[in-house]
Amino acid sequence: MGSITLQKVSKVFGEAKVIPSIDLEIKDGEFVVFVGPSGCGKSTLLRLIAGLEDVSGGKIIIDGKDGTSLGPSERGLAMVFQSYALYPHMSVRSNIAFPLKMAGMAKDEIDRKVTEAARVLNLTDYLDRKPRMLSGGQRQRVAIGRAIVRQPSAFLFDEPLSNLDAALRVNMRLEISELHQQLKTTMVYVTHDQVEAMTMADKIVVLNRGNIEQVGSPMELYKNPANLFVAGFIGSPKMNFVTGVYAEPFGAPTVGVRPEHILLSTESGVWQGRVIVAEHLGSDTFLHVDVEGIGHITARGTGEFPVKAGETVYMTPDRTRVHKFDDKGLAMAS
Amino acid sequence: MARSVSTRRKVIVSVVAWALGLLIFFPILWTFITSFKSEGDAVASPPLFLFFHWTTENYVEVQSRSDYFLHFSNSVIIAVGSTILGLIIAVPAAWAMAFSPTKRTKDVLMWMLSTKMMPPVGALIPIYLLFQATGLLDSRIGLVAVMTLINLPIIVWMLYTYFKEIPGEILEAARMDGASLMKEIIYVLTPMAVPGIASTLLLNVILAWNEAFWTLNLTASQAAPLTAFIASYSSPEGLFYAKLSAASTMAIAPILILGWFSQKQLVRGLTFGAVK
Repeated sequence: MGSITLQKVSKVFGEAKVIPSIDLEIKDGEFVVFVGPSGCGKSTLLRLIAGLEDVSGGKIIIDGKDGTSLGPSERGLAMVFQSYALYPHMSVRSNIAFPLKMAGMAKDEIDRKVTEAARVLNLTDYLDRKPRMLSGGQRQRVAIGRAIVRQPSAFLFDEPLSNLDAALRVNMRLEISELHQQLKTTMVYVTHDQVEAMTMADKIVVLNRGNIEQVGSPMELYKNPANLFVAGFIGSPKMNFVTGVYAEPFGAPTVGVRPEHILLSTESGVWQGRVIVAEHLGSDTFLHVDVEGIGHITARGTGEFPVKAGETVYMTPDRTRVHKFDDKGLAMAS
Repeated sequence: MARSVSTRRKVIVSVVAWALGLLIFFPILWTFITSFKSEGDAVASPPLFLFFHWTTENYVEVQSRSDYFLHFSNSVIIAVGSTILGLIIAVPAAWAMAFSPTKRTKDVLMWMLSTKMMPPVGALIPIYLLFQATGLLDSRIGLVAVMTLINLPIIVWMLYTYFKEIPGEILEAARMDGASLMKEIIYVLTPMAVPGIASTLLLNVILAWNEAFWTLNLTASQAAPLTAFIASYSSPEGLFYAKLSAASTMAIAPILILGWFSQKQLVRGLTFGAVK
């Protein structure tokens, strides 16, 4: 079991109300990603769940029991930190064994569990090395190993991949997803990278200024963002927003259209603009276009679209995929 | 061309460094040489550097007139005792200040350091009277207590600086892993801060070993350490330079040897955190 329920959880640091009040339900076995810009309170929320910070108000229910006043180790949760937080003076073996040793487990039982965790994470050959002798990815695996051996009811990940280079990040992303499928344990994952959120999550929680903007599956958030913030945050490159007279033909004060939902042409279209930068990736072409009256529009063409900076292009938004927002920035029914 | 300039620079820097080093070391060298002279040679003018009658009679004389080993063991007990006691108090204090600071932590640290700015003589009379009233005058326990209190601000400050270098996330990880506060300090914090703790320990031993003001004023014969042993040779009856030098050499030799063997650790500890 690994369900976590937050009931009106709030956190105040001095004068600053970092988290005003949050209600959230995380089901057993779910992979939930907290995503949002820097300072939105996502790491604080994770630390509240972990017990590393005390809540200022509300309750945290873990596996049906009130865990609000329990210490970090009593909650049955394991955490993987951004900086890995390995014990530098201990070998990989001792690092992974540490939580079991603290729990007073018998030595042969510890050995068996450490060997098993090392096998799952491909660390068997590195068990006697010190963390400084490992690469970033291996260190991250040790941190995960230290979490796995405790057989926690849920794993908490605090931006675990942000210290890795781009290629390794993609690999580790896959490994963590595979691990989730293998262990079927609840995972709560914090990131500011919306690509990580989209690729890994069963459920994404979008946070902004300590409030939940929207909760949903990656595709729900992509297809039906609840407001301008979520619309602008989810999706890469970002959604384009058009306001005023240019939005009127669509019947809303503000409309949003994703770069991949704009049809490009060199001959005719609804909007005409001058290409500022053309990014040719082979599989895709990203055009950054200056449209008079509207401003900057990003468009994505599939395959090769043969235009250069300075040239004129025509763009037509796909009307069936245009997102409409009211004066308050909330999504309107299409 | 550039290479020759850099070589010349290296030579100049080396010469200056050696000259400075020799200048600083010279008083110790001169004390060492003088300790092997007769009293007459010791005050000869012009001074005799190497060509005199070398003798070890001063060492024999010093040992026969006073009990070197009593003073040596007093020094060891006072230096080691005050250091261990200081560490026992300072490790938790520095932990609290580094990892669980309050609004007043910086003020407390500054206040602790400010006690080192007061001339010790200002506190001599009250402490002397306290010692007299409690029967601690000329006792090792009394001196251990005084040395601990005097050096505590420095120990806390040094440990605080080293502990600040340890990422808080590692201690949080230990907490998540089920370590209690004591286990966190024993298994995680202390091993990680070993270079810092070792250099704090060494520095404190050296400071306590060389401290003369309190040891001279609060001891007579029983608890007198080596500093008092040296001072006993500069008496009103006249200075005996050769014997004073022999006593000084015997007093500083142990700490010099300790410093020599631990210099790598000492330098590493003192520059800990300066270079990542």
